[in-house]
Amino acid sequence: MSETPHNVEGDTEAPVLEPPIQAADEGLDAVERRRAHDIWVAGTEEPDWVAGSTDEGAQELLPRDIDPAVEVQRGLVVDDDYLEEPTVIEDERQIINMGPQHPATHGVLRLHMELEGETVRRVKPIIGYLHTGMEKTAETLSYMQGSTNVTRMDYLSPLNNELCYSLVVEQLLGVEIPPRAQAIRVLMTELNRIASHLIWVATFGMDIGALSMMIYGFREREAILAFFEKVTGLRMNHNYIRPGGVAADLPAGWEEDVEEALDIVRAGLTDYEDLLNGNPIFLDRTQGVGIITPEEAQAYGATGPIARAAGVNFDLRKAFPYSGIEQYEFDVPLGKYGDTHDRYLVRMEEIRQSMRIVEQILETMPPGDYRTEDRKVTPPPRKRIDESMEALIHHFKIFSEGFKVPPGEAYQAVESPRGELGMYLVAKGGSKPWRLHVRTPSFATVQALPVMMTDLIIPDVIATLASLDPVLGDVDR
Amino acid sequence: MAGEVDNPSFLLTTLEKGVSWTRTRSMWPATFGLACCAIEMMATGAAHHDLARFGMEVFRASPRQADLMVVAGRLSQKMAPVLRQVYDQMAEPKWVISMGACASTGGMFNNYALVQGVDEIVPVDIYVPGCPPGPQSLMHGILTLQDKIMAGEIRRSTGLV
Repeated sequence: MSETPHNVEGDTEAPVLEPPIQAADEGLDAVERRRAHDIWVAGTEEPDWVAGSTDEGAQELLPRDIDPAVEVQRGLVVDDDYLEEPTVIEDERQIINMGPQHPATHGVLRLHMELEGETVRRVKPIIGYLHTGMEKTAETLSYMQGSTNVTRMDYLSPLNNELCYSLVVEQLLGVEIPPRAQAIRVLMTELNRIASHLIWVATFGMDIGALSMMIYGFREREAILAFFEKVTGLRMNHNYIRPGGVAADLPAGWEEDVEEALDIVRAGLTDYEDLLNGNPIFLDRTQGVGIITPEEAQAYGATGPIARAAGVNFDLRKAFPYSGIEQYEFDVPLGKYGDTHDRYLVRMEEIRQSMRIVEQILETMPPGDYRTEDRKVTPPPRKRIDESMEALIHHFKIFSEGFKVPPGEAYQAVESPRGELGMYLVAKGGSKPWRLHVRTPSFATVQALPVMMTDLIIPDVIATLASLDPVLGDVDR
Repeated sequence: MAGEVDNPSFLLTTLEKGVSWTRTRSMWPATFGLACCAIEMMATGAAHHDLARFGMEVFRASPRQADLMVVAGRLSQKMAPVLRQVYDQMAEPKWVISMGACASTGGMFNNYALVQGVDEIVPVDIYVPGCPPGPQSLMHGILTLQDKIMAGEIRRSTGLV
């Protein structure tokens, strides 16, 4: 075995790292040198070099060969620490990389698998291939623009992201949201949950060999997307739910559109279950595969359908209701074994429960305003701008500077189709967030991957990964 | 039959046109889904929009079997070398469609993490606008690429000469 680079306790022979060479810095002036080496600890007073630094210059690629640490961070080097395990016979194990460009990894996830024959002994998920810097971008956008940013995080459930962001901003603003706006929000997010689960069942079926599921799932999803397009103008990344309410009222005749979409989805669900439920190949591929216990799920922070399939009775819509969702009746499906098949059953039942909520909203949609009347937060109607100087000023202030949020910190979580989506907002009184941290469900799920995948064979790894429904935009953001 | 032999019909074309035509009619895209646009790319290939009408529904997981790379989504600095490697593995002739605002210009994310346009990494033939572009936009992009291939030369070198 070669020399280990790590410092072992009591090992006096370990090489002492040389301090970084200073000579290269001599040409720089004082400010530039600080910029190159200093870091600003968040929460302390802002040093003066921060003000001058911008995000410009992102166009150039990172230079190669700066530092081995950078190479590791960029995924070019993987730390092969398994070789240091004395129990491993080197000849019998090999490392296979799956991804980041792989059709079954649901995006750009990279799995670093240690194989013995076809059995996977260890799995390391390597993430960051879709890191978009959204938490940083959120600091440069006003509260009004912020929902355009978060909606692109988990692109299969954009409306849930917008809802979470709007709720956390409204918590600090302290504005009252009219009941109609709340009902519209619940309607849209529940429809989004159905659309997201439909995509899941489509890609899950595709990954385990039921290729027709891919066609079916996307077919039914189009019905919901058509409704989204009618309401928000876009099929995805809607920017529809905004702080203060929603962007526009539902169009005339929306009830029929929703009913039509629900009918299509209901018929589709029957199709799926005819195709999958009694299918011996499907059962063989899913039952007893990728098991996670309730304790493990909680320890790793897995939430949503993964935890519920393991029997953890935790649904934020019941535990910490938001946006008036407590007034609708629905059940939380729970699994028993925590395997891939339970996750399938839980998600199919969740589609049905979401349809139940949507049907209740169809009957009880309250009349009224679709956004708050607080003109400091939402722009005035177009007609008022011609009549009132005050309305013109409000309009101008909102779209030039944006509204200001009082200083404070707030956390808000919603039940996204993948689990607990939480946002932690720190405001310092300006019109932009000082810091926005996002607790994404897929991130926690991906870190629980090794628990589920250890000692499975490769085809089961694919089935397990597909059953988790990770969205890499959500993991890396 | 005899009449046809006496008066045979025939077709005239140039080699270039013939080759270009065959290339446009069975173009196999490599799956290079990155983010939101990948979902729309899948929707384009699925039932409702049915990319098979243009002979392009066979998404290949292996770049060696593909002629077209649809870069669907935002490209991070960490992913950029992978993109280039996949592109290099594709056999000539090959084309690239940059799908969506992020792939074309970095979109709304002008920050440290994203490559500001995949044309910094690979030569791009068609830019499809939108965030994300709908299936119709992507199909329009593909049809435009077919027109471009028909109008161009059959000997074509991409990127490196």
